Amino acid sequence: MTKSAAVRHAELGTASVAEFLQFLFSGITVGAIYALVGVGFAIIYSASNVINFAQGEFVMLGGMATMFLLSGGEPLWLAALLAIVITAAIGLALNKFAVEPAAHRRGGGASVVTLIIITIGASIFIRGAAEVLLGKDSHRLPAFSGDQPIDIFGAKLDPQVLWVLGALALAVVGLRWFFARTRLGKAMLATSCNRLAAELVGIDVRMILLASFGLSAALGALAGILTAPITLTRYDIGIMLGLKGFCAAILGGLGSPFGAVAGGLLLGIAEAMAAGYLSSAYKDVVAFVIILAVLFLAPGGLFGAKATERV
Amino acid sequence: MLRLASARTGGLVALAAIVAALPLFFPNNFYYDVAIKTALNAIVCIGLNLLIGYAGQISLGHAGFFALGGYASAILTARYGWPGLLAMLAGAVGVGLLAFAIARPVLRLRGHYLAMATLGLGIIVAIIINREIAITGGPDGMTVPRLWVGGWRVSGAVAWYWVAAGALLLAVWLSLNLIDSTLGRALRALHGSEIAAQTAGIDTTRYKVLVFVISAVFASLAGSLFAHAEGYVTPIEAGFLRSIEFVTMVVLGGMASTFGAVAGAAILTALPQLLTVFQDYKHLVLGAILIGVMIFMPNGLVPSVALSLRRLRPPVPAS
Repeated sequence: MTKSAAVRHAELGTASVAEFLQFLFSGITVGAIYALVGVGFAIIYSASNVINFAQGEFVMLGGMATMFLLSGGEPLWLAALLAIVITAAIGLALNKFAVEPAAHRRGGGASVVTLIIITIGASIFIRGAAEVLLGKDSHRLPAFSGDQPIDIFGAKLDPQVLWVLGALALAVVGLRWFFARTRLGKAMLATSCNRLAAELVGIDVRMILLASFGLSAALGALAGILTAPITLTRYDIGIMLGLKGFCAAILGGLGSPFGAVAGGLLLGIAEAMAAGYLSSAYKDVVAFVIILAVLFLAPGGLFGAKATERV
Repeated sequence: MLRLASARTGGLVALAAIVAALPLFFPNNFYYDVAIKTALNAIVCIGLNLLIGYAGQISLGHAGFFALGGYASAILTARYGWPGLLAMLAGAVGVGLLAFAIARPVLRLRGHYLAMATLGLGIIVAIIINREIAITGGPDGMTVPRLWVGGWRVSGAVAWYWVAAGALLLAVWLSLNLIDSTLGRALRALHGSEIAAQTAGIDTTRYKVLVFVISAVFASLAGSLFAHAEGYVTPIEAGFLRSIEFVTMVVLGGMASTFGAVAGAAILTALPQLLTVFQDYKHLVLGAILIGVMIFMPNGLVPSVALSLRRLRPPVPAS
């Protein structure tokens, strides 16, 4: 091997490492959003067996509400905080006025199909309301700590990504603490294990359900606020994000928040790699192909326990 | 048996009468256009109702089958010069085979997993149609040649109204007969309890696959007619929201009711079209209707109304 060939080879090596890192960063960024949305699905599902198809709308609401409050002159931190509170309140309202009346109807609860349609209806409603109230334009929030990208082995890392990852890590640690140490968290776990038994030991199951919607909505809003400086926010971004988050939750075995985080990151990275190395046109297909493969081969999800159904 | 048969024919005759009388109230072609869309949506819903209402299996991806039918007609006639009816048939056979191939792994899943799988399949179809620009025209869609039946060129809103109405009546008749057949009874049994049905000797998998294929073929044929009637087809027809729209129509009209599916399709197709002031608030209203109906009338409009009518009417003395 001549010297120049060796140098070229080394340059090619660093170039492809940089390229790989670049794809990895973008994958982790998107994956973190899917993870936060997926966690929301998992929390509500484990508390109530409801799949909340409006989960993606919480992400949209977080970003859009922050944008709206910012344009009203609030400082960024206050706008973000208020947006999380508003979204959580909408999550509570969704449970109170749409899910609970159907789930606790006299003469037996609603079927899976009914609840799916109710939450889909809610997502269409929220999207429609945002369309009418906040408009159809795309918005970009200002980055939290500047736009100067950080250079890592030739790959560019948006500083906002560090915020996203930090928030995801904080959310995971926070949830661990919440489920292991707090009364509400333990009650939520108990309810997801056995609803009737939880009720018998005096846990207010309706309260748990309500709390799970509030918590999921807040997490979704957080994801929406943190990513709005990187990806644009618009009234209709919730559809795809919700579906991908649902994929993440199923990949993680439905009902396991930490499985959903792993599932989300995995999906994000797979998507970015496929877009980078295979075809960017078919980027959105990746998550669904993976999820179909998993459902067909291992219907319990990658991290789900094998369960037998009682008749 | 005789009474059942007469009730069935009664509903069909009433629908035929409505369909025949409707044009008397149509002031212009716009109304015909809405009626055509209603009839074609209703055909999809009738098939979907067999799957959701009778077999108790949800599908959030039927727009994929609808669009595949439409694009099969569009591509085979426009790019390869096939006769329209043959293209329609080829589309239906292709969609039927596809549905048959995926039915077993898909229908093994239940509840949310089934919803996810059908949703994923629909979205994959939508993305492929969007991306294969050379074949499908991409996001802009493609024009579809007129349909020739024998020597008759089907064109104009009035002609299409009668074609769509005829197809609708045929679909209703087929559906009513299917429900009253072994298939229908097997489906109702497995809806109640799949395991109980199996214990009673019903091959539940076979019937679930069968009804999935039937509903997919209904959607494909309606899609083909839609493409020809509009003269145009776009990837929006394959989208997730379109799938949701179909499910919404079925649920709004009333699950496990063929006429309910027709009513649901009529309401949700006609309302936003006729009330143009509505346009900005379309999604808001659609979402509110979905939630409201599910909470207050979980069985849907037609069965709920029928039930309250039956309660009002004094009991008929046994003869």
